[in-house]
Amino acid sequence: MSGRARVWLGYGLLVAVGLAAPFVVYPVFAMNVLCLALFASAFNLLLGYAGLLSFGHAAFLGAAAYAAGYVTREWGLPTEAGLLAGVAVAAALGLVFGALAIRRSGIYFAMITLGFAQLVYFLAVQLPWTGGEDGFQGIPRGKLLGVLDLDRPLAMYYFVWAVFLLAFWLIQRTIASPFGHVLRAIRENEPRALSLGYEVDRYKLTAFVLSAALSGLAGALRALVNQFAALPDLYWHTSGAVVLMTLLGGMGTVTGPSVGALLVGALENYLASLGSWVTVITGAVFVLCVLSFRRGIVGEVRALVKRSF
Amino acid sequence: MTQALFGQLLVGLINGSFYALLSLGLAIIFGLLDVVNFAHGAQYMLGAYLAWMGLTWLGVGYWVALLAAPAAVGLLGMAVERLLLRRLRGLDNLYGLLLTFGLALVVEGLFRQAFGISGNAYPVPPQLAGARNLGFMVLPVYRAWVVVASLAVCLGSWLVIEKTRLGAYLRAGTENPALLQAFGVNVPLMFTVTYGFGAALAAFAGVMAAPVYQVTPLMGSQVIIVVFAVVVIGGMGSILGAIVTGLGLGLLEGLAKFLWPEVSGTVVFVAMALVLLLRPAGLFGRQR
Repeated sequence: MSGRARVWLGYGLLVAVGLAAPFVVYPVFAMNVLCLALFASAFNLLLGYAGLLSFGHAAFLGAAAYAAGYVTREWGLPTEAGLLAGVAVAAALGLVFGALAIRRSGIYFAMITLGFAQLVYFLAVQLPWTGGEDGFQGIPRGKLLGVLDLDRPLAMYYFVWAVFLLAFWLIQRTIASPFGHVLRAIRENEPRALSLGYEVDRYKLTAFVLSAALSGLAGALRALVNQFAALPDLYWHTSGAVVLMTLLGGMGTVTGPSVGALLVGALENYLASLGSWVTVITGAVFVLCVLSFRRGIVGEVRALVKRSF
Repeated sequence: MTQALFGQLLVGLINGSFYALLSLGLAIIFGLLDVVNFAHGAQYMLGAYLAWMGLTWLGVGYWVALLAAPAAVGLLGMAVERLLLRRLRGLDNLYGLLLTFGLALVVEGLFRQAFGISGNAYPVPPQLAGARNLGFMVLPVYRAWVVVASLAVCLGSWLVIEKTRLGAYLRAGTENPALLQAFGVNVPLMFTVTYGFGAALAAFAGVMAAPVYQVTPLMGSQVIIVVFAVVVIGGMGSILGAIVTGLGLGLLEGLAKFLWPEVSGTVVFVAMALVLLLRPAGLFGRQR
C-alpha cells in the first residue's frame, strides 16, 4: 500500500469511528476524549516535533475555558465568539509565556512554563469573577450559526467532532509542511539549524503560539461541552496529564497523542470510582512508559510493523 | 502595624528556609546527576508523614523523627536511583524529570488514598514550645529554631561541597564523571548516595515543616512549583544561589502578604518573569 493510500485509509477509519462513537459510548465522554485528543495533539506539535517540553500547557486549556465561558455567559455572545475568544486568549498567553520561556532550553524551559501556568492558576483562584474553587459555571452551549441547537447531545457531538477533524487536519498539515521540517531540524540539532540561517527562536515561538492556540481551542470546546470551566483544568497535574497522553500514545507521531488521550480519558472515566488509585495508576503508567517504552503505543506498533515487513 | 509587618516577614523567612532547603537538595541532585527531581515535593511530604505516623502510631518523638525520617527517605531515594533512575542515564534529561514526576504521582496518590486530603496537626516539641517577646514582635521559639536549623544545614552542605575532598569529588563529577571514574572513584555509588542525600534533605525539611504547617498529602505538590521558580530565579548552577534565592523569595512573599495580600501567591512567578527578562541565566547562574 502506498503512503498516500494509507493516509486516506487512516482518515476513512477515523471518520467511521467518529461517526459511530456517540452510539457506542456516552456522548459526553466521547466529546471529552475528542477535546483531550485535540489538546494532546496540539501539545505534541511542540514536544514531538520541536522538542520543547512545556510543563504548563494546562494554562492554555484552562484560560481558554474561562475566556469562552465569560464571553458567552456574561456578554451573551454566540458560541463561535466563545471559541474564538478562547483561542485568542490562549494565543496571547502563549506569545507572552513563550517569548520568555524560549530564552532558556531543556529542563529550564519546562520549569519556566510550569511557573507561568501556576501564575494563571493563582489568578483563577483570586479573580472576582472566576468562581474560585467552584469554577465558572453555567456556560451556555448556544446555537451554532444561530440555527443548530447545541443543547442536543448529538448535534453538540458532531460539532465537536467536526472541529476536532479540522484542527487535526491543520496540525497534520503543519507537521508535513516546510515549517514542520524546520521544527524537526531544530529538535535534532539546534546549533546546526541556527548555522543554516534559520531564525530558530522565531520558529520555536511560532510553534509555541500555535500549540497554545490549539490547546485553547480544545479548552474552549471542553468548556462548552461540560458547561463549566473548572479550576483543576489549570492545575499542573493537567499539564502532567497531557505529557502522559503524548508519551503513552507516542510523541512525534501524528495519531499517538489521540490514542494516548483515549486511554487516559478512559482510565479516568471508568476507574473514577477507585478514587486516588487513579492517580497511583496514572503515575505507574508514566514510570513504565519512561522506563520501558519511550516510543509510546503508536511508535512501538510502527517499529514492529517496520521490522516485520 | 510593625507587629504585623514583622509577623509576615517572619512567616516569609520560615517559608524561605524551606524553599532554601528544598532547592538546595534539588541543586545537589541536578548538579551531579543532571536529573530534575520532580519527586522532591513527595519526598518532603513523606518526611512530614513519617514524623506524624511515628508520633501517632508509635509514640516516636520529634527529635528521633528528625533523624530517622530523613534516613528512611534517603534509603528509599537510593533504591529509586539504583533501580529506576540509573536506567535513564545517557538519555535526554527530560526523561528523568518525567520519571520522577510519575513517582511523585504514585506517592501522592497512595497517601491521598490512605489519609484523605484533610490536614493533620503535629505538635511543637515541648523543648521548643512557647514564645519570646522581642519588644517589636513575639517570636515563637519553634519558628526561630526552624530558621536557625535550616540555615545551619544549608551552610554545612555548602561548606562540605566547597571545602572538603568529598565535595571536590562531587564538583569533579558534575564536570566530568568519566574522568573521575578513571581516577578510581566509584562514580555510580556516588550518584546513588547523592540522590539519597538530596531526598533526605527534602525529608528533613518535611519533618521540620510538620509542626508549622498541616501535614497533608498535598503539601509537596503545593511547595514544589515555588521551589522550581526559586531554582529558575537563582540559577541551578549554584548552591549558594539556591540558599540565598530561597530565603529572599520567602521574604519577598512575606512582604507581599503585608502590602498586598491578593498578589502574595503570584509574586514569586512575577519575580521569575522579571528575572528572565533581565538575566535569563538566573541571578547566580551561568548561561549553559
